[in-house]
Parts: sequence; C-alpha cells; structure tokens
Amino acid sequence: MKPGHGEVLLAEGDVDVRAEEALLVAEFRRQLDLGMWAAVPLTADGGRRHAQMVKAFDEVPRDADRVIFFPRAAGGR
Amino acid sequence: MILALSATLIVIVALLWEVAQPRIAEAWARRQARWARVPVDVHDPGRERRAEQRARQLLRSCVNDEEWEMYRDLGFLRVWGALAGGPDQGGTEATRAGAPYAYLIYPHRPVVAFLPQTRELLAEYCVAFPDETRPYGSARLPDSDDVLAKWMALTGDERHLVDHANMHQPGRQLDPKQVRRDLWRLSQWEQARLKRLAREGGVGGPPAPPARPSAG
Repeated sequence: MKPGHGEVLLAEGDVDVRAEEALLVAEFRRQLDLGMWAAVPLTADGGRRHAQMVKAFDEVPRDADRVIFFPRAAGGR
Repeated sequence: MILALSATLIVIVALLWEVAQPRIAEAWARRQARWARVPVDVHDPGRERRAEQRARQLLRSCVNDEEWEMYRDLGFLRVWGALAGGPDQGGTEATRAGAPYAYLIYPHRPVVAFLPQTRELLAEYCVAFPDETRPYGSARLPDSDDVLAKWMALTGDERHLVDHANMHQPGRQLDPKQVRRDLWRLSQWEQARLKRLAREGGVGGPPAPPARPSAG
C-alpha cells in the first residue's frame, strides 16, 4: 500500500524456485527495513477471514499467495 | 562654451536616469518573470480516485462477502474482538467477564470499541498509518487502504494495535450519537441481509462473534 497510489506490486515469484524465492526474501527484508508491517490475508475454517502479521519470511505460510506491506501503525490524534 | 554644454548635457542625462531607472528596472524584472521557467506541479485529479479504486479491490479480496458488503453499504467495518479478557486499554468489567465486544473501523477516523449487546461505547483508539517517505506527495493512504490496514492489524495482532493506539473516552472525535446511529444502521442492515439470504436460499443465521480464548 502506498499513499496516493494504493496497491503496488513489489515482487512476485514462486517460493519453490530458488532464484525467485531469493528475490522475494530480498524484497521482504527491504520492506521491513523501510519500516513497513507485513501481513498475510488468510481464510479460517468457516470462511472467516483474518490476517496473520509476519516479521520474518519464514513465518509466511508456504501456500500464501501474497504478502501485503503497509506503513507501521502510530498513535493518531 | 562646449564645456558648459557638455556639463549641462551630463546633468540632464543624470536627472533623466534618476527618474527613469526604477521604471526600467521594473520593466526588466517583469520581462524576466515572463520568460522564467516556473516549476509546475502537474496535478493529476484522477490519481486519488484511481488509488481508491485499487484500494477497494484489494480490500474486497481480503475480507469476506459480509464484511465487504457492510463497508460498501455502510462505510465502515465491524471486527469482533478476540482478546480473552477484552482490551487492556478501554476494557470494562463486562469485557473482562467475557462479554463479546467488537470494533467499528472507519476510514481515517478512530477505531471504536463497543459492546454489541448493549451498544455501549467503550473507547476510541486513534491510530494512523503514515508513510513518512511520502513517495507520492502525501502521507495519507487511500480510504479503503486505511480500513484494510486497521482490519489486518486488528485481526492479525489486536493487542499490539490497541497498545500502539492513543486511547480516548468515546466522544473525543466521533459523536457518540452518530456511532450509536451507525450501530442501529448496522443491525437494520444485518436483518435485511439475512432476509435476503433466506429468500435466495443461502445459508443464513445471525452473525456470531468468533470464539475467544478463556480469560485467565
């Protein structure tokens, strides 16, 4: 998510392909270094949707189809 | 004779220069301003609208049908609270005893915690997602991205978000009457939706809060 722009595709690839996984890991780390939060949208049993916050690439479920990065929360006014 | 004429000429020229110099300088400055390159901010009035459209698509792909329709029709989302003893900040005896509680998520407004059974407002949580790098000239996410960010943070790590937010008593930013009216609108909307689903033969039933881990 980018202010004034909305969704931006940062990187895509197959985690089962080593070169593409390395690309995804690098982009994941870059986004976290920029201070972004990362979340994976999931569907639980019964169809309920929720998100899983992830702080490391290893925490991303292998079958996740996307990771969403968004600015870190700060206390608002 | 020549010397006298020359001196007189010099004096006349000097006087004329004194009179004309400001006008000449002003005319020169005007001419330079006309030809100067002025940086122009090429504002694209459709950019914000396109960003919001993309954000709505992303939100729709993340939340379930009920939540999407709720946001589309009412302009806010309800998320059930999942902490065993309720939120540390803003919780009450009721939430600590295990009463179901929920949040209303508005775009770029505080998150409001409430008790669905009594419509009692518990607290306002002021939280923002500013991007200080301002890559596109603004630190503000599109409305639907702001809602999605709050939804992800609440459903992903409710305690963390609540702890990061500035908590206030209800009514600091959002008019409690308006929020209670929104809760009434939500109940009316849910009844209408259930009737529609029943007519269409879909699976109906009142929405239930998710199971919360037992307190303690």
